[in-house]
Amino acid sequence: MRQLEQELASLRHDVIDMWKLVISQVSNSGEAILSFDKELAQKVSMREKKVDAYELRIDNECENIIALHQPVAIDLRFVLAVLKINSNLERIADFAYGISRVLIANPTVILDAELIMNTNLRNMVEHVNKMLSQGLDAFENEQPELATAIFNEDFQVDEINKNAAHHFADYIQKNPDRAFDCLQLFSTFRRLERIGDHCSNIAEEIFFYIDAKVLKHSRKKKK
Amino acid sequence: MNTNPSILSIEGLSIAYDKDKLAVKDVTATIKKNAITAIMGPSGCGKTTLLRAINRMHELYPNISTQGKIKLYDENIYDMSTIKLRRKVGMVFQRPNPFPTLSIYENVIAGYKLNGINLKRSERDEIVETSLKNVALWEEVKNSLHKKGNFLSGGQQQRLCIARTLAFKPDVILLDEPTSALDPIATAKIEDLLVDLKKDYTIVLVTHNMSQAARISDNAMYMYLGELIEYDETTQMFTNPKHASTQNYITGRFG
Repeated sequence: MRQLEQELASLRHDVIDMWKLVISQVSNSGEAILSFDKELAQKVSMREKKVDAYELRIDNECENIIALHQPVAIDLRFVLAVLKINSNLERIADFAYGISRVLIANPTVILDAELIMNTNLRNMVEHVNKMLSQGLDAFENEQPELATAIFNEDFQVDEINKNAAHHFADYIQKNPDRAFDCLQLFSTFRRLERIGDHCSNIAEEIFFYIDAKVLKHSRKKKK
Repeated sequence: MNTNPSILSIEGLSIAYDKDKLAVKDVTATIKKNAITAIMGPSGCGKTTLLRAINRMHELYPNISTQGKIKLYDENIYDMSTIKLRRKVGMVFQRPNPFPTLSIYENVIAGYKLNGINLKRSERDEIVETSLKNVALWEEVKNSLHKKGNFLSGGQQQRLCIARTLAFKPDVILLDEPTSALDPIATAKIEDLLVDLKKDYTIVLVTHNMSQAARISDNAMYMYLGELIEYDETTQMFTNPKHASTQNYITGRFG
């Protein structure tokens, strides 16, 4: 049994490390867009491979634990949850990378500060940062109730994204020559909205792992 | 295969109990030092014969014939006396077998007495205490060392047998299904013990229990009808075995 306990502890440690890296990536990519900081965007871009390496390693660890130790009950739920959390964290990091690429791939892009303010981008960035941290907190402390707030945060993120679309449509109509730059900014909203969805998925996995509850496809979790 | 150095080298080993029936067919493999190697396979595959050949216990059977070599470090085990070999390569059997007429203390030190090796009292005491501590049995028996071991549970008796083997500070410990006669809790204690012991000893273990092989071994052999079908790191064996026969066995489709 000790071998299994050690391997589960090591797996948990790796997931937490990866999570912290992803939190940093998302936070930095959001800040890069808000501050028009190309250097910070470059930093996010360069660290993307580290996240990918974590994903491969964690997948491999899970495979080995299942093959060698045939875990059951909470140990099995933990490994199954980690497999999905791992995949969700990697996708979140991909989106953070995509956000950073807006500034790197389009060096001449100009992001309208007033549009950024009107579309509530800063608020959206704060919500997703919070969701990621809440998820880590719930996972580390094994308290799924800490993850409950994530579902409401995701609802807020969805609302901001929906409202932003109207602002963008209006802006492009009035400033057709700025359409390309505007669409770059809009892609950021889309990515942040997807990050929010993945955070919700992670919250569902935390409930599954700790309470053996399946919240997937359940409407009850959203207010 | 992991990067530990090799301690045992088995080269073209074939063993027959009678001249027409080979129990082990042309097995070649190296055993890594300070690792647990599990030998698995269905009944009659030759795994116990192979294990016993490593300290020449198989020679106790009449009419047995052996071809090939086994080297411990670089020394051919057939060039050394069985007494010398069995001090370096100890064996623990399936059923715990503490000597029934001897006390716990005498059981641990039995090998020295049987070999005519005289030790000072202080040396004997030290060996007994160290060996029993190494198998996590000292605290349970330190006040009963001069009692016979028959009051001990099955798991404790098996740990006593391992202590008896350790008393000679062997290089290799061979175990033939050491937990098949024990309950799950005793089995878990023996498994934890073996994982602890591998830092100082090399362990080769025959087991019918694939989960046990998966849990504690570093490297695993799969044998079938006397042949070594596959030998690899345990992780590789249980996630992606190379041979269909191995896969069929470990998935329970056969055997």
